[in-house]
Amino acid sequence: MKNLPIIVSASPHIHSEKSLKKIMYDVVIALVPAFLVSLYVFGIRAFIVTSVAIISCLLFEYLIQKYLLHTKVTISDGSALITGILLAFNLPSGLSIWMVVVGSLFAIGVVKMSFGGLGFNIFNPALAGRVFLLISFPVQMTMWPTAVVNNTTMVDAVSGATTLGIIKEGVMYGDTITSLSSKIPSTMDMLLGVTGGSLGEISALALLIGGAYLLYRQVISWHIPIIMLATIGIMTGIFWLINPEHYANPLIHLLSGGAILGAFFMATDLVTSPMTKKGMIVFALGIGIITAVIRLFGAYPEGVSFAILIMNAFVPLINHFFKPRRFGTVIKSKIM
Amino acid sequence: MLKTFSKGGIHPSGNKITSTKEIKRFPLPKVVVVPISQHIGIPSEIIVEVKEKVKKGQIIAKSSGFVSTNIHSPVAGTVTKLDKIIDSRGYKKQCIVIRTDLKDVSNLEEIEYALKEEITLTPKEIFQRISDSGIVGLGGATFPSHVKLSVKEDKKLECLVINGVECEPYLTADHRLMIEKTREIVVGIKILMYALPVNKAIIGIENDKKNAIQSFLSVTKNEKNIDVAVLKVKYPQGSEKQLVKALLKREVPKNGLPLDVGVVVHNVGTIFAIYQAVQYNIPLMERVVTVTGKKLENPSNYWVKIGTPIKDLIKEVGGIPEGTRKLVNGGPMMGKAIKSTDVPITKGTSGILVISEDEASRGEQQNCIRCGKCVYVCPMGLEPYLLMNLSEKGMYEKAFSEDILTCIECGSCSYVCPSNRPLLDFIRFGKEIVKNLQNAKK
Repeated sequence: MKNLPIIVSASPHIHSEKSLKKIMYDVVIALVPAFLVSLYVFGIRAFIVTSVAIISCLLFEYLIQKYLLHTKVTISDGSALITGILLAFNLPSGLSIWMVVVGSLFAIGVVKMSFGGLGFNIFNPALAGRVFLLISFPVQMTMWPTAVVNNTTMVDAVSGATTLGIIKEGVMYGDTITSLSSKIPSTMDMLLGVTGGSLGEISALALLIGGAYLLYRQVISWHIPIIMLATIGIMTGIFWLINPEHYANPLIHLLSGGAILGAFFMATDLVTSPMTKKGMIVFALGIGIITAVIRLFGAYPEGVSFAILIMNAFVPLINHFFKPRRFGTVIKSKIM
Repeated sequence: MLKTFSKGGIHPSGNKITSTKEIKRFPLPKVVVVPISQHIGIPSEIIVEVKEKVKKGQIIAKSSGFVSTNIHSPVAGTVTKLDKIIDSRGYKKQCIVIRTDLKDVSNLEEIEYALKEEITLTPKEIFQRISDSGIVGLGGATFPSHVKLSVKEDKKLECLVINGVECEPYLTADHRLMIEKTREIVVGIKILMYALPVNKAIIGIENDKKNAIQSFLSVTKNEKNIDVAVLKVKYPQGSEKQLVKALLKREVPKNGLPLDVGVVVHNVGTIFAIYQAVQYNIPLMERVVTVTGKKLENPSNYWVKIGTPIKDLIKEVGGIPEGTRKLVNGGPMMGKAIKSTDVPITKGTSGILVISEDEASRGEQQNCIRCGKCVYVCPMGLEPYLLMNLSEKGMYEKAFSEDILTCIECGSCSYVCPSNRPLLDFIRFGKEIVKNLQNAKK
């Protein structure tokens, strides 16, 4: 009988089917619908920006791990791939290629690897990369190519504004929501993605399909996306009820900008979100409130990225204060 | 809605391949190796000498304290050696080696005892009998049963819980016993209810053992004080604290015992042993063992004499199949991997599991991605990722304050970790050190 030596190890001796790779590739699969919409709307540019972001993220991680840190190269785990896709999703499709590369370098090099690589970063790398670019190149980062279906030309020349940008600017110059209504895309357009905005955030419907897939595969739980979106909805709803001519209705807030992309794909990032359900609720509430405050009263029309990054910084504190209840620490009343 | 515990838990595939295999009597072993420390507590004291002839059921090592128990010779034969032999936990333990007398009548004939329902002993005699018969918790914990049954006067006992959960994948020893010895177990329950005394008993069985549930329902039809509770399948429901929570919605306090919430829990196997001891004065000399594994030729359930070497059992089911990489004493979640098949069956061995290559190897360890799955599945409400880090970094004081000692070592955290992190390994390691630090302080 030919047998390899017997392994002696501590229990448990079996393991579930779940693996890091499976989780990561589930996220990639969930991002496919939104990517297809962006291809349809922004054409070849969407493909170029996304490919450049993915390739540079993978390359930077490889170079840093191999030549700087001399550790095992782990680019096949899928996390850098996701960072690349999500970074691209948060950029305007007309952005110069070199800026995409710089953003990737910041996301992977500074935000992820300098903290110790996968699992040790405090901030969401893709979002931090986007915010870095937004602050560094504010003009280029807010030049939104107008959505033209089947646009195969270079669209840099045609630029419009995002829904939230139109409202913010209009209200600032004394317009009312009613007078702006002709410029605001319809709810259906926002759902399908026929609107201005970052590459991957335009179609609420495609993102919701991806989000539903993640929920179904139990990669994420409902707590963060639902509570975050509900908070944004309620906060903006209150102000809309107070003054509907000055503040946009909650549906516009939920369907436009990065609300849905942020809620399902950015805030739920496993590494940078809390460990417990209680913690997740607090985290999502914080993101919702900060997003609404920035959108309603801030200088920027959009605030999801900032809100998530700010709350990322609170995650260690949230983990410290919102622990699971230890078994046996509350004695239930007797039933018999 | 079926009952279950609320916090954490996992659903590994059952793989109960031997659930339809009737318990067969295992052939008489030529040699038995009986360790004197098969239970939790003080090792028993050897009272036989080399070359001494022993009778079947004779005490060969006697209880050496309150938390200790007697050990009986499972066969008639001659003591050949008193030596330290590696046991299933990997430690060298003092053992009594007995060569079986193959001609002795008591070895050759196994009497089939008829069901005896009438209880003739007094409660005091019952407890004495349980204590004398060397009965320990047969679910795996091997805690001396008489200790568990001695209820202090300041504690109020309200309910006897019978553990028929058997949530470990692969194992079917309790399941088979529940089907084949239902009446005896019910009498055993009545004996304990009479002796304790307590006027309520609940048998908890998971829903994957439908025939056992049916069997108990029909036997206890006219017993209004004995309930059969059907539980949703979830691991680790067989753990005392989780079972009490599932059945009665009561939480055993941190660092407490089920008795603190008015409950005593006993495994079905233990109840059957108690029945035999009380009604027929048969000490604990054998138990049901599941010998299983996906690649085994003939996985089965056996009545096995304590001290039978594991190699005898494996030989009987067709030998070690090709590609075997692990031998486990117990189930796949909490069992101990063993190095050698010379290890004997002890009172706590509920199964022998043979695992092949694909299941045996652990995946490559990767960084923690803080997904929180370990926190989510922990039935004790702990944070395994944190405890592992603290233990790895030697922060034992902090590990203690994060309740590392309340871990029941069910392994759910290591089971679900997508990064294949050895969470429980480090938690166990940390627990040992924290325990030693605690003892040093005292």
